[in-house]
Amino acid sequence: MQDFDLVAVLTNPEFRAMLLGGLVMTFVVAVGSWCLAMGLAITLLVVRLVPGRVTEWLVGTYVAYHRNVPTLVQLMLWYFGISSLLPDGLQMFLTDNNGEAVFAIVALGLCQAAYFSEDLRSGLRAVPPGQTEAARALGHGFIGTMRHVLMPQALRNALPSLINHSVSLFKNSSLAMAIGVAELTHAVKEVENQSFQTFEIYLIATIAYLVCSLAIMAVGAVLSRQAAIAGAR
Amino acid sequence: MLLDLVDIIRENWLLLLIGQYPNGPLGGFAATLILSVLSIALAFPLSVLIAFARFSTNPLLLWPATVLVYVARGVPLLMLILWVYFMVPLLIGANVPGFVTMLVTLVIYEGAFLSEVVRGGIVALGRGQVETARALGHGYFGAMIHIILPQALYNVMPSILSQFVSAIKETTLGYVINVPELTFAANQVNNQLLTKPFEVFFLLAIIYFLVCWTLTRAALVLERRIAHKRAGMPGVALSLNPQMPVPEP
Repeated sequence: MQDFDLVAVLTNPEFRAMLLGGLVMTFVVAVGSWCLAMGLAITLLVVRLVPGRVTEWLVGTYVAYHRNVPTLVQLMLWYFGISSLLPDGLQMFLTDNNGEAVFAIVALGLCQAAYFSEDLRSGLRAVPPGQTEAARALGHGFIGTMRHVLMPQALRNALPSLINHSVSLFKNSSLAMAIGVAELTHAVKEVENQSFQTFEIYLIATIAYLVCSLAIMAVGAVLSRQAAIAGAR
Repeated sequence: MLLDLVDIIRENWLLLLIGQYPNGPLGGFAATLILSVLSIALAFPLSVLIAFARFSTNPLLLWPATVLVYVARGVPLLMLILWVYFMVPLLIGANVPGFVTMLVTLVIYEGAFLSEVVRGGIVALGRGQVETARALGHGYFGAMIHIILPQALYNVMPSILSQFVSAIKETTLGYVINVPELTFAANQVNNQLLTKPFEVFFLLAIIYFLVCWTLTRAALVLERRIAHKRAGMPGVALSLNPQMPVPEP
């Protein structure tokens, strides 16, 4: 093992570019799949609110599948499996246009949507039924009740678990390296192979991940404080 | 397609179940199961110690435990695997098999997460239990071992089972460092067949789903039974997960 030299790794322009590129890719994957997951989670929540056994079963199955199958296996199924079922033209297009990242965003987004929709649902269920009755009695329609009375309270209830799951989504973006996405962990392995300064590179990457995760948790704490009602029990 | 699945199972069930065992290391589903059972069994005592350290007022106990929990919560498991893969051979001066690397990583990672579960269980019990135990003449550790832990650990049993499910799912990451477990075996099958990637990975997903879903259902049943049992006792919070909001009366 070479002597500990953090500066050498950070001042080497090639290594710095690779690590920064990896960090940017991590953000692209994480933010992309977060947006997909949130949009889909709200859709799932709305579908589940529609009374009927079929919709209930469909959403339930979706959630159960994505929560009980390892995220890495979901990634592999998308990247190796489902990609092979696509039409040839689309396959070529994806190979030329960073298809790994697209599949990573889709797989992580679909997976996390299951968690987000469950968070929102339990947030909604924790709102006392009297709130709906009072809102309807005051003349709100279904949409108005949802938008002005129920959802604000549901979001407040769901906030802690939404933040926790956002952190795990960010961490799970590292799994994309297994299908060849050039994100931070992938860049770390590459730089390590070239420089052999394993300790320094792992340290840099670990601190980068830790700072980002703690930042998400801190934002969550601030949001929870803002969302809290003064004097609420 | 269904026929393809049956064919894949018929021709590769032994590889998926035990890997190349008699001629090579134990792998496949057996390795996945052994790895997750061992990791939870070893992580559990560690988690109780970490939980105690997190309650301690001694900074020498409190700080390392807090840092460990936050590092485990904030750093991807893959990154921790790389660390262990790199550090353990340096520390003990010999190469270790991937199975051991994965086990060590999972014990640390699961230990940190389980410690939050145990801590939540102790907090949910309320101060009254400690105060009563102390008033009856128990010392700090006596109160913890005889009064608090038996109740808290009983209450968090469903969460421990959920953590076991997480452990099964996390063993898949062993694939990255070539640990011969189920995902690794599926990739071997896929590399032999080459033409049926969807079928192979769909089959893999089904296997994980069946195992984890059954265990998740079991955890749910256990949780209901415990909540039902606890319902008769005043002053005990029904919500055992401290992150979940308790419904207001």
